[in-house]
Amino acid sequence: MIEQFLTELQKSLSLFKPESALVITFLMTLAGDLIFRKSEKLTANITLIGFVVTGFFLFNECNDGSTTIFSGMLAVDSFAKFFKIIILLSSIIVVIMSLFSKELFDGKRPMGEYYMLITSATFGMFLLSSATNMIMIYLSIEIMSISSYILAGYTKEINRASEASLKYVIFGAVSSGLMIYGISLLFGMTGSLNLLEINQVLATGDLNIVTLTFSMILIMAGIGYKISAVPFHFWTPDVYEGAPVTITAYLSVASKAAGFAVLIRFLRLGFTNLETAPESETWAMISNLDWQFIIAVLSVLTMTVGNLVALWQTNAKRMLAYSSIAHAGYILMAVAVMNDIGTAAVMIYFFVYMIMNLGAFFAVMLISNEIDSDEIEDYTGFGYRSPVLGIALVIFLISLTGLPPTAGFIGKYFVFGAVIDSGLIWLAVVGILNSVVSLYYYMKIVRNMFVRGVELEQKDVHFSPGAIMVLVALAIPTLVFGIYFQQIVEWAKNSVQMFVSN
Amino acid sequence: MFEFLGAGPLTWITFLPIIGMVIIMMIPTGKDDRSKAASRSMFQWTTVLFTFVQLVIAIMIFMNYDPTMLGVTNADTFQFVDRVDWITLHNVPIFGELKIEYFVGIDGISAPMILLTAIVCFFATFASFNIKKAPKGYFAMYLLLDAAMIGVFVSLDFFLFYVFWELMLLPMYFLIGIWGGPRKEYAAIKFFLYTLFGSVVMLLVMIALYFAAGSFNMLDMMNVEGYADGSLLAKVNEGWRLIAFAGLFVGFAIKVPIVPFHTWLPDAHVEAPTAISVILAGVLLKMGTYGMLRIAWPMFPDAVAYFSDWIALIAVVSIVYGAMCALGQHKVGKRDLKKLIAYSSVSHMGYVMLGMASMNETGMQGAIFQMFNHGTITAMLFMIVGVIYDRAHTRSLDDFGGLANKMPIYTGIMTIAFFAAIGLPGMSGFISEVMVFLGAFATYPIHTVISGLGIILGAAYMLWALQKVFFGKLPERWSGPWDPTKKIYKHDDVNAREIFSLVPLAIIIIYLGIFPNTLLDMMSGSVHTLVQFVKTSALYSAGM
Repeated sequence: MIEQFLTELQKSLSLFKPESALVITFLMTLAGDLIFRKSEKLTANITLIGFVVTGFFLFNECNDGSTTIFSGMLAVDSFAKFFKIIILLSSIIVVIMSLFSKELFDGKRPMGEYYMLITSATFGMFLLSSATNMIMIYLSIEIMSISSYILAGYTKEINRASEASLKYVIFGAVSSGLMIYGISLLFGMTGSLNLLEINQVLATGDLNIVTLTFSMILIMAGIGYKISAVPFHFWTPDVYEGAPVTITAYLSVASKAAGFAVLIRFLRLGFTNLETAPESETWAMISNLDWQFIIAVLSVLTMTVGNLVALWQTNAKRMLAYSSIAHAGYILMAVAVMNDIGTAAVMIYFFVYMIMNLGAFFAVMLISNEIDSDEIEDYTGFGYRSPVLGIALVIFLISLTGLPPTAGFIGKYFVFGAVIDSGLIWLAVVGILNSVVSLYYYMKIVRNMFVRGVELEQKDVHFSPGAIMVLVALAIPTLVFGIYFQQIVEWAKNSVQMFVSN
Repeated sequence: MFEFLGAGPLTWITFLPIIGMVIIMMIPTGKDDRSKAASRSMFQWTTVLFTFVQLVIAIMIFMNYDPTMLGVTNADTFQFVDRVDWITLHNVPIFGELKIEYFVGIDGISAPMILLTAIVCFFATFASFNIKKAPKGYFAMYLLLDAAMIGVFVSLDFFLFYVFWELMLLPMYFLIGIWGGPRKEYAAIKFFLYTLFGSVVMLLVMIALYFAAGSFNMLDMMNVEGYADGSLLAKVNEGWRLIAFAGLFVGFAIKVPIVPFHTWLPDAHVEAPTAISVILAGVLLKMGTYGMLRIAWPMFPDAVAYFSDWIALIAVVSIVYGAMCALGQHKVGKRDLKKLIAYSSVSHMGYVMLGMASMNETGMQGAIFQMFNHGTITAMLFMIVGVIYDRAHTRSLDDFGGLANKMPIYTGIMTIAFFAAIGLPGMSGFISEVMVFLGAFATYPIHTVISGLGIILGAAYMLWALQKVFFGKLPERWSGPWDPTKKIYKHDDVNAREIFSLVPLAIIIIYLGIFPNTLLDMMSGSVHTLVQFVKTSALYSAGM
């Protein structure tokens, strides 16, 4: 018994290297911060090195067949790997972004904790994207949430940030409370916390549909909160506006990626007939819940509310917050397809969304470093003050709108492709109408930067070469993946496989 | 033929402007006034150079065009083809074998459009010389727009077509938005939203067509018999096919524009700088009708047959309504010359639609010829308005009168252009309108008779405007020495630069009025093939 346990543990640890590397990074950052308090950039460098090492382990993670570790708590499969890579890449970009942030570096704030918390949030997201057990899901959501609560209020002397952090905590506490209640109901009904075992019980079909629905609503509230789906989105704009830009960017990409990973895994493992796994057909669902309809409605609500409210925003950060809600809606549209096609589309979308959204936030951050404002009105003529930044931001915004030849178009293209293929034409129509609406508010930034203020003789702005390099490094893939996207699609296609059975 | 560095003439003609754009982006702007002026002329002449080379290539293509190669549905008979795999994915769960090609080629339908685009873009460059503000951005965007337009006309792969189609929106937004008139922001975003709406609908249809045909190749998509069974657009799903056609049609109709999707056009035209108005009317509008001919008609013969009565009806509405709106510009206080010409475009593009609805060779050929002629004539008209606007800084007809004595050469050129727009015999517009009417009369006699009203109204508003500007009493503000502060206007006649861009267009118009076969021969074979293909399709008779 013990021996069996030990072999299992050994096997598990050998497949747990990326996460272990993150834990070690966390500890190293802590130690580095304690020993070299004076050094500003040291902790950042330790974190970056740690992330690179994590990435090395992640890429070398064996791809031969998926398996579970720690007695079925975590799955190690290509699906999780894809999302982990997205999460890790965005963490790396966010750490690099943080180096250029003016609001974070006011000279007196210790930055060690900041990077540590990013590392621990990343660790939580890693766990979340591979969790196959309800308790594991809950715990990893908590790990990532608690880290991000603190991060959101990291610039604590700014009132908005404290407000954001507090709101985030309260909403987060409520939603995770609801979620754990839902999990307990599910556990009560099925007698198990493991998704695969829950699946087997659900397949027998003799469950009280009312209780099941109720428990699903509660669990969805928890997951919906993480992906900021309407109607669980109320925290998003305030938190995104109040938090430091870097953290806003981080939450809008990495934490959403983890949320979507768990949502898809939850639906796939818990509620589909695992025997049949055809590639292009809709998963055979085993419970009486019409998941496709539920997700489709959530998606329509999410993108419509996100877009319509974004139209009225005058603050760039807040606008991007609502736009990220809208993007969650587009991605949910692909989830609603409920098959491997949809999953691949979600992955492709996430990859391009990561690049363009982080790019947009980075540009907004650089502008706000310069003019101390996030108001779109204050952007007037900025495109002429710094053409490189202006053009890059236009590229990101066009890509967020989903126009070719940018990566955003490819993301939208595959999402709509999946939706049309599954016959949900009405959903696709709502989706495209939404993307037309979104053009208007993205163009508001472009308009202020270029169309207005041509005659104003404003001083040129020169950013540090490092900042420009990062900006260009994000803008170029946004264009290139719009023209040549073979590799991403191949990669996503090969990564849809999820651990389904022992 | 004419391969250079491994790429054929169509690739070069499409991507040359992008090279030009990159070069312009790299020329520094300069700090003081003198170096700013120097860099401005660098931008101008770089653009002239690139559009000129483009024009030369277009003429070479025209000279070497073989009218016996018909194209339309047969990939082997397209000319100057460049075909490379662009994206190839195997076993994609979504798309099976996803294959997107870089596939360009021309036939008798697209060849005149290439020529038109090259001509209009080259001459419109000279109308851009008075752009003072942020010239670098202007010429960069101008060349990007140019490339996207040519790209639309040469693409034979729907995905490629779509990329170029959308690529054109952003430069147009900037060109209207930054360098436009007082209400430029409104006009620019309106243009953008309208056309984006059209193109996203088109995107959905494109994806559905892909699932049906299993390829992005337009020629494969035309083969309805080969559509996958059970796909949404398979020929048994008549309802979906009609909806898909309607979606495509709306997408293209917004661009044409057809009433009731036309309201962006007057705004965009009035606010856009001269050269952009020229390109907008001269080339951009044709992309809508070209898209119908290349995509909507051959891929949905059943829907064409089903909807053709309605298409003819909205064509007539566009003709008459556009003409009446143009006539409405004669109301005192609202007399905007540019708006008048913008509405006349709506009316004239209605003829194109009418010819296309007629579904016979004469009408169809007339439609394409009308596309070309409208392109050159309206380009000329907008340049003419630009000339007077540069001097007077107003376009209001109320402010003009008696200019014939002050600007005799200008009067002559403007008279040619206006008569060409009316459709005077001896000018190219006459031939194409007659052909459209002949063709349409065979299918829709009543519609055609009503459309005749458009011609009469057209003569009325055009002659009225001509009379207002040139005859009568010279307003006082034109008589004194030029002084912008006292609202006294410059009255120099057209200068050499303006003559250089106007006269060649006038020559083309008159030449094609006398020898229309130069162009008609080029397109007749392909038009015949297209009409036969659509009409003999089993679906066509099913849709009747």
